[in-house]
Amino acid sequence: MPEDSTELTRRRMLLGTGGTLAAAGLAVLGLAGPAAEPARATEATDAETDFDETYHGRRIRGTSAAGDQLLSARRKPHAARHQNHGSQTILIDGQELHAMRNADGTWISVIHHYQTFGSPRALARAAVIELQGASLLPLG
Amino acid sequence: MTIRKNQASLTPEEKRAFVAALLELKRTGRYDRFVTTHNGFIMGDTDSGDRVGHRSPSFLPWHRRFLLEFEAALQEVDPAVALPYWDWTADRTARSSLWAADFLGGTGRARDGQVLDGPFAYAAGKWEIAVRVDGRSYLRRALGTGVAQLPTRAEVDSVLAMPVYDAAPWNSSSGGFRNNLEGWRGANLHNRVHVWVGGQMATGVSPNDPVFWMHHAFIDKLWADWQALHPQSTYLPAAGTPNVVDLHDTMRPWNDVTPADMLDHRKFYTFDTEPVPAPAGAAASQR
Repeated sequence: MPEDSTELTRRRMLLGTGGTLAAAGLAVLGLAGPAAEPARATEATDAETDFDETYHGRRIRGTSAAGDQLLSARRKPHAARHQNHGSQTILIDGQELHAMRNADGTWISVIHHYQTFGSPRALARAAVIELQGASLLPLG
Repeated sequence: MTIRKNQASLTPEEKRAFVAALLELKRTGRYDRFVTTHNGFIMGDTDSGDRVGHRSPSFLPWHRRFLLEFEAALQEVDPAVALPYWDWTADRTARSSLWAADFLGGTGRARDGQVLDGPFAYAAGKWEIAVRVDGRSYLRRALGTGVAQLPTRAEVDSVLAMPVYDAAPWNSSSGGFRNNLEGWRGANLHNRVHVWVGGQMATGVSPNDPVFWMHHAFIDKLWADWQALHPQSTYLPAAGTPNVVDLHDTMRPWNDVTPADMLDHRKFYTFDTEPVPAPAGAAASQR
């Protein structure tokens, strides 16, 4: 089988996920009120998607904001694309947990890829339990 | 011709040969390339974008082709080896001979999930988890922890009774046989078994556990059983579907094989118990 299949599909993954969430993000902004108050709309966060907490001794952070800065240093090759798309990012002790949103709004991660969770925070907390203290490895 | 057998009926010598072939593929690095490919697809397949290996109609033909390639690799090591299947409706506890030390080894210990017995235990020195998403390089399992019960035969039969192969929007929200078998909807068959095993089997790098192949060989057999029950039904969609592999589209990563090429498993192997096609009258009543 081709050796480059993983890298190809990883690119597809980043494009695909970004596209989905961009649509969702625009819908939220559209409902948030007049264009005169865009700052308020982007400040409004959901604790289940935008969070920063210590859970079982590990720092878990999530953000659904467009153009998020959490990963700007780590994800240089993809930074431009991410500034143009809303996206959900989950970090465990600073390392990205690959996550994906299902069509029904539930979530899976690379740690729980066959079991759905109701929110990014629930997904991150479940990953912490499953990791039992182990570090996530960089994607790809 | 390759005959795929129920793992419960393998002789001790067949078990030894299968395990030895797995260890040899692992030693040469070939095994881990299959893990890498699977993880690439499972992370790349999305409900709203391109989807080939999972959450899409081609879940079944993609895994049939993937298993064929893996089985061919095993047979390069030992031509007598075939992939066994695990009927988890029948062998549904951690006490099954599947999990004995002479075959796959058992569940992981409570402290860290590490499998301690059998040929794939880390301490045996031949099964380091190299393609991984976290720092742990030992095989882990937690049989029956993530979910208490494996699917029952009645649950399987209820999914096999579904006459339509797949339905729009051709993803994890679809109705139909494929998605109910995959488990994103309904009784939850395939997905639940991954969760029941736990450890690496619950993650994107699930082929790190050799039981992956036996689980998918049974899912593959259920597809054949479904075809025999519904001879008038076929793979869908037929053509022109964005992001989805239609009947005559080629599938990545091979790019030279279509779902249509994969529909008849008897071109490649048979099962120890072949499904009996439904009589014409019975098939008509399913529609």
